[in-house]
Amino acid sequence: MAFDKVTRGEKVSGVKLTTVQYGILALMLALTAGLWRLQVLGAQNFKVLAEQNRIRKVPVLAGRGKLFDRENRLIVDNYPSASCFLVREQNHNIDADLPIIARGLHLDLDQLRATLKRYRSAPGYQPIPIKEDVTADEQAFIEAHRNELPELETIEGERRLYPRDGFAAHLIGYVGEVSEEDLNQTRYAAYEPGDEVGKAGVEQMYDQILRGQDGSRDVIVDSHGREVGYLGTQHAVPGKDLRLTIDNDLQRAAELALGDRNGAIVAMDPRNGEILALVSRPSFDPNAFTVRIERGEWNKLITDPDHPLMNKAIQAQLAPGSTFKILMSVAGLEEGIAQDLKVNCSGGWGPYGFYHHCDEKHGAVDIHNAIPYSCDTFYYQLGDKLGIDRISKYASEFGFGQKTGIDLPGEQAGLMPSPRWLMRGYHRRWYPDETLDVAIGQGAVQATPLQLARIIGGIASGGHLVRPHVVFPDQMDPTFYKDLLETLPGSGTTDIPINPEDWVTITDGMAAVTQPGYFHTAGSAHLEGIDLAGKTGTAQVMSHEALAKTDKGMKTRPNVWFVGVTPRRNPELVVAVLWQNGEFSFYPARLGARVVAAYVEKQRRLANNLMPEKKVMPKPAEVGAIWTEPNSSPDSAATAKIHGGRFLVGPAGIVDQPVSGVRAEAVTKAAQAVAPPAQARAAQPGQPWKPEAEKKQ
Amino acid sequence: MSPMRRFMSFRDFDWLLFGMVALLCTISVFEIFSATLHTKYVGFHEKQIYWIVGGVVAMFLFAKVDYHKLIDWVPWAYGFCLISLIAVKLVGTKVLGARRWIRIGPMHFQPSEWVKLILILAVARYFANLGARSLTWKDIFKAFALVGLPMMLVLIQPDMGTSLTYTPVLIAGLFLGGINWRQALILIVCGTVFVAGAWSSGKVLKPYQKARLTSFINPGDDPKGSGYQLLQSKIAVGSGGIWGKGAEKGSQTQGAFLPIPHADFIFAAFSEEHGFVGATFVLLLYFSILMRLIQNAQTAADLPGSLIIMGIVAVLTFQIAVNVGMVIGFMPVTGIPLPLMSYGGSSVLFTFLALGVVMNVRMRRFVN
Repeated sequence: MAFDKVTRGEKVSGVKLTTVQYGILALMLALTAGLWRLQVLGAQNFKVLAEQNRIRKVPVLAGRGKLFDRENRLIVDNYPSASCFLVREQNHNIDADLPIIARGLHLDLDQLRATLKRYRSAPGYQPIPIKEDVTADEQAFIEAHRNELPELETIEGERRLYPRDGFAAHLIGYVGEVSEEDLNQTRYAAYEPGDEVGKAGVEQMYDQILRGQDGSRDVIVDSHGREVGYLGTQHAVPGKDLRLTIDNDLQRAAELALGDRNGAIVAMDPRNGEILALVSRPSFDPNAFTVRIERGEWNKLITDPDHPLMNKAIQAQLAPGSTFKILMSVAGLEEGIAQDLKVNCSGGWGPYGFYHHCDEKHGAVDIHNAIPYSCDTFYYQLGDKLGIDRISKYASEFGFGQKTGIDLPGEQAGLMPSPRWLMRGYHRRWYPDETLDVAIGQGAVQATPLQLARIIGGIASGGHLVRPHVVFPDQMDPTFYKDLLETLPGSGTTDIPINPEDWVTITDGMAAVTQPGYFHTAGSAHLEGIDLAGKTGTAQVMSHEALAKTDKGMKTRPNVWFVGVTPRRNPELVVAVLWQNGEFSFYPARLGARVVAAYVEKQRRLANNLMPEKKVMPKPAEVGAIWTEPNSSPDSAATAKIHGGRFLVGPAGIVDQPVSGVRAEAVTKAAQAVAPPAQARAAQPGQPWKPEAEKKQ
Repeated sequence: MSPMRRFMSFRDFDWLLFGMVALLCTISVFEIFSATLHTKYVGFHEKQIYWIVGGVVAMFLFAKVDYHKLIDWVPWAYGFCLISLIAVKLVGTKVLGARRWIRIGPMHFQPSEWVKLILILAVARYFANLGARSLTWKDIFKAFALVGLPMMLVLIQPDMGTSLTYTPVLIAGLFLGGINWRQALILIVCGTVFVAGAWSSGKVLKPYQKARLTSFINPGDDPKGSGYQLLQSKIAVGSGGIWGKGAEKGSQTQGAFLPIPHADFIFAAFSEEHGFVGATFVLLLYFSILMRLIQNAQTAADLPGSLIIMGIVAVLTFQIAVNVGMVIGFMPVTGIPLPLMSYGGSSVLFTFLALGVVMNVRMRRFVN
């Protein structure tokens, strides 16, 4: 060892290091002494304790919170349901019983074997769920075979009950067993395998609120894990109910309006972002998911070319077509270009070599009739004057190409192209022809129905854009809601002031769209007495040239849009309608008009505080009744006089005296038990019942 | 540079220390496998192997960089640590109520773990610069600020366990850096008063933290509440007896009575399945590793080198004492992992990086 202490620098003193060494030795001896105390001296004692360690926590499932609409009408409920489990630990050959079990519980034998295989590595005491939502006859089968099949157990629980026919299915979502991939994510840290968890829609987004907290029961088990008794119960905390912003009436109107057309309708209050209705088609039945969904049904859902599981209102990213012209008009007017732009439409425009078509030859067009005509030629020229940079600046500012931040999972951002985007993604230059395509909402522009509702609703509100939401935030912890919104980045709530003059020009233009008039695109969606303003859109899925070569099948038809607001300025409602391959844009305008009409009619009814008009009874109904004297004592029941009579009862009360009065002297006790007819009693509310006929006698 | 190269080679690498560490890691992987067999963490032993391999690679890389350079860089690293701790408070991922994790790509990191290493280097640099002269009160306060700042940031995450592991770095630094008896006595008195004040004010610790700290004194009072974990842990250790119940046969571990048997309570799981013999063997292994580290500190070329190693010794000793102490009921539940045994990437990485620095100092012991 060739080192010389003298040449070394300052060093830690050896005494101190030795002190540390002795300190560590003392510590290790103390720990060893602790181990000795437990494992050698206390071993017998602790072995007994381990044997007696027989309290195990068994979960008590918490009921999931219900969902209500904005007027507290029930949308999603729970119903009691039993599940069947297989308990493995009884010295019993389960494999031999499987065919019988499969037959009795209507299960597929191979699937049952596969389930057992999946749970092979699970501890022996853990029961295996084999069938959920057991029917009455299956329960009877289990009861009847208690002795032959002791391994079958049933456990009571609650299941989700969703509206029928896929009503609001995409908004509500569905629940299912938490998947293994989910368990690896941090937001599912507190979940256990087998837990029921929201998989889509509100069920997924608000799972933490809806699911409640499972309680537990302390079960005494023997050393093999079999239950022998209970100690105490920690009650489950049921999940919180949630009130959605949905209006059932409007949702129904939207569902009926869309029918079975492939597309989406979203209705929103543009003043605060509350979603009043959200429909996507084709739909699916969420009830099929609450019990484990059958493979065939699942395959059908995921292979359907129309994507029933996709929430098209927030996930369909399609060219917005002419609805984009509203944004163009804002950009053109705010930049001071559109006011003075006069165009002569001769059926198209093509200054850069490629001829861009317009639907009609509109003749002289300015900003005032460009919106109702939806004149492409005007917007080609406006777009050309604005240039792609200004268009994409305005579009991005208003929220194209960004999520809105709605509190539903899986929202898509759409796309707003720009030269920079093209260069970065496709490494090529932007052509002026592309600007013209973008100017009429074609080309690479993509938007979701919800985005269009937010943007056009916001423009009609003078530039007040809102963040859409489907659940009233006042029902939850503010920090929870804040954290939730943080996970949903989006364009949110912003104010982009629009010059009042421009605002009037655009909203008047939108109002003219639904007015009958030559070239007006949605005159047939006119609603008499309702200020409906809007904009249609037709987005070709193929170019004119390509279309000419095909067989013009269903899928080649253009996607059509309508975004409507009512009233035209500072609207209370904005409706966006998408009909994929719907061909003509006045079709979705009529669908939108039906939703708007339903809304306005409801509002007027509420505003005037009038009950819906009741059907008047055509003529008074004849009702028979028997009664006793009001002051007759109950003791003398046997001898009390029973009166009988017939009345004519109309909506306003009794309209006629007895048609014939009959007196019965001899009565049985059974006859006394008969109550006076409800109609007759209701005729004089608030007063002790006294038939008219009696007074008159 | 050339004389340095000449004296530095992997022949001087501490293969004995590395062998003992590798043995401990092997034991750890087997015990994690056994403890997670029937839980949702099944397969974590494989992840642990990846972490260990990554740690060993990091250790060799770290051994190559001259620790004097590390000491030169440490002010920057210290600043970066403070920023990352503030970042984790602002943008970190929230898991079970505490923001401790920061996400980089697919992986989650706990910055508070590697802050430990930077702190060891920073304290070593600080006291090495002071030389062997006796400390003034100003020196002591500066040292307190140096350690106290990141400690407070970790404490508000809240992560009491990790923030506590910073204190031994400070104590070791003060003790070896030349504090005198009078100063030490005054500090101990002040510290006691401060801790008592913080405890009774109720603002520093959350109620669940307090409950965890007090329940160890008498876990039998509340067998289903906060004392539950400790009681189950003691039953697990005690029922293991002299020879243990055998791998994968511990009823406490396999029956899910023992909480988190692959991480904080892995020593309990190991003691149950391998008994007093196995447990004392592991303790002996730890003792040998620590003694070997101190020997390396003695033979280090200069003051910073030995201060660094002693800082590492302090942290490891503290963690072993607190974790094993918790498992056998001497200490409260604090969530401090057992180095090289508990499952956890950040902890494994820290330990191997620290060992890398030790190797570094050792390999340069003939360099002057």
